[in-house]
Amino acid sequence: MVNKTLATCREAVANVFDGATILLGGFGDPGLPGQMLEALREQGAKDLTMVHNGSGGGTHALGGLIHDGRVRKLIASFPNNPGGTSFQELYLKGQIELELVPQGTLAERIRAAGAGLGGFFTPTAAGTELAKGKETRVIDGREYVFEKPLHGDFAFVRAYRGDRLGNLSYRMAMRNFNVPMVTAAKFVAAEVDELVPVGDLDPEDVHTPGIFVDRVVEVVRHPKYLEITTEGR
Amino acid sequence: MSLTREGIAYLVACDLPEGSYVNLGIGIPTLVSGFVPRDREVFFHSENGILGMGPLAEPGHEDPDLINAGKQYVTLLPGASVFDHPTSFSMIRGGHINYAVLGALEVAANGDMANWRTPGEKVPGVGGAMDLAFGVQSVLVTMTHVTNKGKPKILNKCSLPLTAPRCVKRIYTDMAVVDVTLEGLILREFAPGLDPAAVQKHTEPPLRIAPDCREMDIPARFHAAQLTP
Repeated sequence: MVNKTLATCREAVANVFDGATILLGGFGDPGLPGQMLEALREQGAKDLTMVHNGSGGGTHALGGLIHDGRVRKLIASFPNNPGGTSFQELYLKGQIELELVPQGTLAERIRAAGAGLGGFFTPTAAGTELAKGKETRVIDGREYVFEKPLHGDFAFVRAYRGDRLGNLSYRMAMRNFNVPMVTAAKFVAAEVDELVPVGDLDPEDVHTPGIFVDRVVEVVRHPKYLEITTEGR
Repeated sequence: MSLTREGIAYLVACDLPEGSYVNLGIGIPTLVSGFVPRDREVFFHSENGILGMGPLAEPGHEDPDLINAGKQYVTLLPGASVFDHPTSFSMIRGGHINYAVLGALEVAANGDMANWRTPGEKVPGVGGAMDLAFGVQSVLVTMTHVTNKGKPKILNKCSLPLTAPRCVKRIYTDMAVVDVTLEGLILREFAPGLDPAAVQKHTEPPLRIAPDCREMDIPARFHAAQLTP
């Protein structure tokens, strides 16, 4: 019998190695696998490249990982979010690298990786400083910038419900980067509010089919992650 | 006279047609949704995956999984939908969103806009600003007409790094409504108590006066003391 469930987040992050690239889901709190990040802090892997929209908040979850000096590089669209003090302090000291990517380009680079594409041309950023050094092409009279796919060694996300086959269902604004991220990494683990028996998820409500997911962990939400987040857009 | 921030938002709200799909940026643009006439259906988009977004959630009724792009707890209106980032940015980049209402630091006479890097800002961040500026059908800018030092923000050429070239359609400020056209800037409306010459004094490029240029028709509660030195 296929069983992708694990009992703890610690097991889900056990194989993360030094220098790994991690696609980290969530936009603000919705969809953010906060407890998997806390498990990763305990696990100890370093020199990580983290891919996330912002830079996290305070000194827990992603902010904590950065605060602990474990992140070598952040690939993000909005790392100057209010509350992202851990990243901002290290960045100003030159102790962490940043690759700044427009939000839609970030999402599409991840989607392209998961879809097996070698990249794409986007109009976003053409003629601005974020397109410097990049290949451009005029297509039907409009200038486009070439963007490469963005793969992860790992992707960590949170969903609302999941089953032992890895099927995931999200609530409200939880889908964000999670839907493309689970398609674009070699190893994918999801924390879910509720693990349900196979068959309980209506096939029409499966937003991430189990083929993309390697491990599922049921995690009771910590009250800490229900606080109003301070992460900006 | 000039307008309050709410007054600028009110002007934009009055111009959004029934059935339009609209993305609101942070700051003055956020206020726009509160002034759309009740009998007009306008759909607000949030780039983190919401179409048909309603007002902010009442305290005690927040849904932890439902926030807007500014990370505030929001509500959904009947007929709303939720989706992932690639879908959300297909709406933006694919030109399906009709209007983006954005704050700006500078706008040039040719429609160039700068709003993603403030002077002296050491940690950069772009978010969805460039995707919106490049992709949405009509970019509407809301801002104060001049900086807090009294310098014009509508310039011959932007001095800050561009968000997108030639993207702005219309500028709403506390002093005026100005259209960006291939023939240059056209003054459409000026704040109560001002005249076109007063607006021109605080605008670097030359303004052409629209044939039907008029004083704004705006309730007195949106009037403010002159902000401009």
